[in-house]
Amino acid sequence: MIELEGLTKRYGTKIAVDHLSFQVRPGVVTGFLGPNGAGKSTTMRMMLDLDNPTSGTVRIDGKHYRELQEPLKYIGALLDAKAMHGGRSAYNNLLCLAQSNRIPASRVGEVLDLVGLTPVARKKSKGFSLGMGQRLGIASALLGDPEILMFDEPVNGLDPEGIHWIRNLMKALAGEGRTIFVSSHLMSEMALTADHLIVIGQGKLLADTSMADFIQQNSRSYVRLRSPEQERLRDVLHANGFIAIESGNGTLEVDGATTEKLGELAGANQIVLHELSSQRASLEEAFMQMTAGAVEYHAHGTDVHGAAPAPGPRWGSISEGD
Amino acid sequence: MTAPTHHHAPAPHAYVSPIPVRRAHLGDALASEWTKIRSVRSTMWTLGVMILLMFGIGLGVAAIASASEAPMGEESALGFGFFGMLPASICVITLGVLTIASEYGTGMIRTTLTACPSRARVLTAKAIVFFLLVFTVTTVVGAIVGAGQVALVDTAGTPTGAEWLRATVGAGAYLAMLGLLSMALGALIRHSAGAITVMIGLLLLPLVAALFMFSEALKSVQEWLFTYAIPSQMIALYAAQPPFGEDGPAGWEPLLIMTGAAGIALAGAYALMNSRDV
Repeated sequence: MIELEGLTKRYGTKIAVDHLSFQVRPGVVTGFLGPNGAGKSTTMRMMLDLDNPTSGTVRIDGKHYRELQEPLKYIGALLDAKAMHGGRSAYNNLLCLAQSNRIPASRVGEVLDLVGLTPVARKKSKGFSLGMGQRLGIASALLGDPEILMFDEPVNGLDPEGIHWIRNLMKALAGEGRTIFVSSHLMSEMALTADHLIVIGQGKLLADTSMADFIQQNSRSYVRLRSPEQERLRDVLHANGFIAIESGNGTLEVDGATTEKLGELAGANQIVLHELSSQRASLEEAFMQMTAGAVEYHAHGTDVHGAAPAPGPRWGSISEGD
Repeated sequence: MTAPTHHHAPAPHAYVSPIPVRRAHLGDALASEWTKIRSVRSTMWTLGVMILLMFGIGLGVAAIASASEAPMGEESALGFGFFGMLPASICVITLGVLTIASEYGTGMIRTTLTACPSRARVLTAKAIVFFLLVFTVTTVVGAIVGAGQVALVDTAGTPTGAEWLRATVGAGAYLAMLGLLSMALGALIRHSAGAITVMIGLLLLPLVAALFMFSEALKSVQEWLFTYAIPSQMIALYAAQPPFGEDGPAGWEPLLIMTGAAGIALAGAYALMNSRDV
C-alpha cells in the first residue's frame, strides 16, 4: 500500500506536482496515466525519496521511504532502464544491489533467469539493446521479491513480444497479491493491463477510478447513419423520439439506440441508407478529452482548416522524453 | 483456529516474500561498494597505470642518481619516491572522482539510493572501500619501490625507521586522502570530467602560478603557494625539516592538512547529498 498525501513539487515558479493525494492498493495493477510532462516521473521519484517534495508526504506501508530497513524487499522500481553502470556486467550490476540489501547472491541468478538474461549475465550492460536494458531494470526491481513494484513507462521501446511479456508479468505479479504501480502515457496500454486508474495532468489529479468505471463512463456508444435523404431521416428519427446529432460529412449520430431499431425505422419509412453502423468512442479519445486542458506541450501548426485533429499530442507512438 | 463467523469478503492479502527482512547496515553497503569498485575496468586501469608510474619513475630517477654518483650526504634515497607519487596522484584523483561521479553520469545513483536511501551510509561505504583500496596498493608499492631506491643509490644516507614509515604508510595515506578529497568533489560536482579537471587544477596550478610571480609585491603569496601547493607538501612528507619556508609543514603535517581538507569536503558532500534531489 502506497499513500500520497498533498504531494507537491515546485521548481522555481513552476509547479510540477500539485497537491496529489491518492492510494495505491495491493493485489491490483494501478495505472498511472498522464500526458508527457504531467509529473508522473517526478511523482515516482518522490515516492522513492530520490526527489524531496516541496510539501506533502508519501508513505509506504505506513513508513517514510528512508525508514525502510531493506527497501528492495518492500519496493522494487524500474525508473529508467539505463540507470545502471554500462561498464559493469548484468550480473555484477545486480549483485551490488543485492549485497546492499542482504539479498542472497543466488537470487541474482534467479531474477536473471526470470527475465531471460541468463545467456548475457556476464556481458557488459552498455551493449544491451533497449529491450534487454528494460529487462535488466525489471530484474533489479524483482531482486528483493518485493511486495510493491513500480514501473515507469515499462513498455517504452519494446518490441511486441516484450510488451506482451511485461503485460503478463505485471498481471501475474498482481495476482500474487503484490501492489503494482505502472505509469504510461498510452491509454490503450493501460486499458489492457490496469485494474485501477489514476490520471494526472499538469501535476493535478484528474481521475482516481477503477478501469471498469472509467470505460463505462467514458466510452459512449452510438449509431452512425448516413443517407442521401438526411433531412427526412432526421425528421423521422425525431418523430420517433430519437435525437440525431449532425456530426459533419453528412452523417447523423444517435445515442442510446440499436442499429436494428434504426434500420427497421428507416426501412418502414423507405429511406435509403448509405451507412448504418454501431460506433464506440475510444478510451484514447476519452483520455484526450479529460486531459485536453492539462497538456503541457502542444504541437503547433496542425490546427488549420479544421481537418487536422484537435491540437494536442497524438497518443500512440511518441515516447516520453522526461 | 475457528471459522470466521462474518461473511464479508476477505481483504486482498498482501504478498509476503520468502526472503527474510533484516536490518541492513554499513557492512552490507561496504560489500556492495566493493563489488562496484572491483567490477569496473576503470579501477584496474587507473590503479594499473598508477603502479607502473610509481615503479617506472621512482626507480628510473633512482637509477639516474645512482649513475651520476653525486654524493647525497645524509639524505636518503626514499625522497625520490616523490617523483612517482606526483603522477600517481593524477590516477588516484581520477579513480576517486569516478567512484561517485560515474554513478551520476550513468544514472546508477538512482538505483543505488533506491536500494540504500541513507546517503550517509552510501558515501561512508564508498569512502571506506576507496580509502582502503588506494591506501593498501600505494603503501605496498611505495615499500617495494623504496627498497629498490635504497638498494640502487649507494651514495645516499641510510633511511631511518621514521623515514621508512612516512615513505610507505605516510605516502599511501596521503594519496588515499587526496583521493577522498576528489571523491567528495565528484559528489559535489556530479560530473566526472568537471571534477577531474578541478582536482588536477588544484594539484598543479598553484605551483605553476607561483613560478611566474616575479613581482616583489607578490613575494608573500608566492612563498605561501610554494609552501602549501600539493606537490610541495608531498616533498615535505619525505623530509624531517620543512623544505620550503621555515614554518612550512614537514614530516606527518602534510598528511594532517590533507586529512582536514578531505574531511571538510566530505562533510560538504554529506550535507549536499542529503538535501539535493537526485
